[in-house]
Amino acid sequence: MSGSILFEAIVFLAGAIICVSIAKRLGLSSVIGYLLAGVLIGPYVLGFIGEEGQDILHFAEFGVVVMLFLIGLEIEPKNFWNMRKTIVGMGGIQVGGTMLLSYILFAALGFDWKVALVISMAVALSSTAIALQTIKEKGLMDTTFGTSSFSILLFQDIIVIFMLGFIPLLANSEQNTTAESHSEHANLLENLPMGFQTLAIILSVVLIIVAGRYLIVPMLRKVAKTGVRELLIAAALLIVFGISFLMEYVGISPALGAFLGGVVLSNSEFKHELESTLEPFKNLLLGLFFMAVGASINFIVIAKSPLTIGGILLAIIVLKALVLFITGHIFKLKLDQKLLLTFSLAQIGEFAFVLLSFAFGLNILEQEQMDMMLVITALSMSITPIISMVNERLILPKIGTKESIKRPMDHIAKSQKIILVGFGHFGSTIGRFLRSHGVEATILDHDSNRVDFLRKMGFEVYYGDATRLDLLESAGISEAKIIICATNKLSVSKAISKIVKEKYPHVELMIRTKNRYDAYELLNLGHQNIYRESLETSLTLAKDVLSKMGFRKYTLTRQVQNFIKYDVDSLRRLASEPNREDDYIFKAKKELEQQEKFLNEDFKRGVVDYDNHWDSDHIKKALKNPNAKD
Amino acid sequence: MKKILVLFSHPKFEKSRVNQALINHITDKDHVTIHDLYEEYPDFHIDVPREKELLSQHDIIIWHHPFYWYSCPPIMKQWMDMVLEFNWAYGPSGKALQNKICFNVITTGGSREVYCSEGYNSFTVRQFLRPFEQTAILCGMTYFPPFTVMGTYTLTDEDLNRYKNNYGKLIDLLQANLSVNDFDNKSFLNDIPQLKTT
Repeated sequence: MSGSILFEAIVFLAGAIICVSIAKRLGLSSVIGYLLAGVLIGPYVLGFIGEEGQDILHFAEFGVVVMLFLIGLEIEPKNFWNMRKTIVGMGGIQVGGTMLLSYILFAALGFDWKVALVISMAVALSSTAIALQTIKEKGLMDTTFGTSSFSILLFQDIIVIFMLGFIPLLANSEQNTTAESHSEHANLLENLPMGFQTLAIILSVVLIIVAGRYLIVPMLRKVAKTGVRELLIAAALLIVFGISFLMEYVGISPALGAFLGGVVLSNSEFKHELESTLEPFKNLLLGLFFMAVGASINFIVIAKSPLTIGGILLAIIVLKALVLFITGHIFKLKLDQKLLLTFSLAQIGEFAFVLLSFAFGLNILEQEQMDMMLVITALSMSITPIISMVNERLILPKIGTKESIKRPMDHIAKSQKIILVGFGHFGSTIGRFLRSHGVEATILDHDSNRVDFLRKMGFEVYYGDATRLDLLESAGISEAKIIICATNKLSVSKAISKIVKEKYPHVELMIRTKNRYDAYELLNLGHQNIYRESLETSLTLAKDVLSKMGFRKYTLTRQVQNFIKYDVDSLRRLASEPNREDDYIFKAKKELEQQEKFLNEDFKRGVVDYDNHWDSDHIKKALKNPNAKD
Repeated sequence: MKKILVLFSHPKFEKSRVNQALINHITDKDHVTIHDLYEEYPDFHIDVPREKELLSQHDIIIWHHPFYWYSCPPIMKQWMDMVLEFNWAYGPSGKALQNKICFNVITTGGSREVYCSEGYNSFTVRQFLRPFEQTAILCGMTYFPPFTVMGTYTLTDEDLNRYKNNYGKLIDLLQANLSVNDFDNKSFLNDIPQLKTT
């Protein structure tokens, strides 16, 4: 049945759509849906996908690379440096502890020490794909649990380089030849001495950092200037592919390289644009990856010795969970955070596939041992999301120390997100004033030259077309309190306000308009916070003219306020009158008519004299006629 | 010659016949600064350092304002709240205004007769001015009785002329070192002999 690429694509996509939407409807993580879909379409249930599942798995691992690139984008170098203790500390304890316990377990089960060592390495690693995808899906990345998980996973990404370097040392010398032919990472450094390898790795990391600053960002700017959107997508993919290739070439995990690349670019103005461009690729590839994991579960192996496999699976999960719990305890995590960490990282990760097949190629593992461990790995990846869910549904509600409540109150400026669209003369003034109050708005602008300049001036400005939903989403509109449209283009403001009103009605819109006619349109669309750029400024000028002519400033100030109030009232009154906005001549005529109407109304009100405050004339009159008042 | 700062507050000076006459009469005097608060700060955003500098450059401070609801117009109160800072105007090291002379010049619609325990305003002007008096005392200033133009609703042009001339004369006397002893326990500066004789 299989064979055609189109057919496979249909199977995967249909499986994903059906299973993930069911999972989501049941309130489960999408990861569970994908895994289930994989099992269903795999060789043992529906049989749509056969042995090629392994190749797809390998291809789909690229999703993990893209994901780490995206995570890197969200971590600025400064923050990354601040995390170093957590990464080494938590990661070290977790990997060391798990390796020790699982080595003891497998040695006790009668495995050869080399086999036990390789398996313990594989077991120590968790699944970046599953854990981080779940964490991101739940929006827990900023919690201590989120950063702890991430730190541990990052440490594992680094340590796996050493593991891959160490495993060949376990193999017997005569078997090394087979190993080399089997090695997937055919890299040019294999025959070099260890020192050169290290040097090459350091050099390539430096290369990524330097290229990020001086090659990638200028390239993105050039691409952005062309205004062709798909070029930017191509450029984003090129960056990730390029980094991965370089990393594989020197023998580092491509995911780690991509992460570094992301960190380097996290300071650039293209951060949000890259995020929104790569997000769909990442999600699809990860989905494919999870399905491939599901499809790779070998039910024949399970059927042969279900008790052994079940036992070892249970033992490994308990053992990993125990180490994670202790790690969390040492680093003083709160109980709920500790439990979240414990269950989210308790699976064996995708690196196990690499390590195990690598060791198998070196004849350290036997076929049977590898098959068993692969099954256990896939099963553990499928089971832990379910355990996590049970934890969150049944255990955590009883503990109830949610981190969000513990947030200090003085973070009003930080926790209330403001998005500012358009950083021209109008928007920049808004941005400066907000900033002077400690409010750092997330700024979106489509002029890459301006973005670059303003960034040099120390503003946080991002490049992109703000009428795209995905860009607004990656700018964080879902948690925004207010979005300010400071652009002078009515079409842009209308597009944004439409999106916000439909998808994010809780976000308050504040819109700049050029004149009263644009304001009418927006008022008629139901938007209330309209700011006409021509109103206050022209009145201020008029006020100063009258002041120079001898009018008293305080009286003028009060009259300006009166005039604004009167004009805003009339704006709202007239907005509800129907107008044929498409007919230009009609519109121009109508504008003149309205102007006439305003002038007439002003005339009727007369010269400002409707303000009797502090005026004793009327009191004098009343005193002459005592019955009138008092 | 003493320097005089007139802190003038009137939200609608352009409509005030009496105050225009008074202010115009003293505008051209030497060493007299007329500081029109509503014109300087129409948005009530008082420039405190500038105000302090002005105060320190003068020896006599006059709070000149209409007597609205038995008190001063709001910008005058705003001025007091903003400018008379702790440890500048008062407090342990607040000596900036020490020994300066201070008093109110007020215009009232009601006549002097209605400002007493028998009149419909129940209290005397001096009683109503207590907050200003105590403010001056707390700042270490010497507080003089007020100069008043009362019954402005019924004021004739001759009356007004007399008042503005007296205001000018008072300023001259102050610059020539009028002292506390000259008051003879009068409740109003209007009543001191130097102004009565003319």
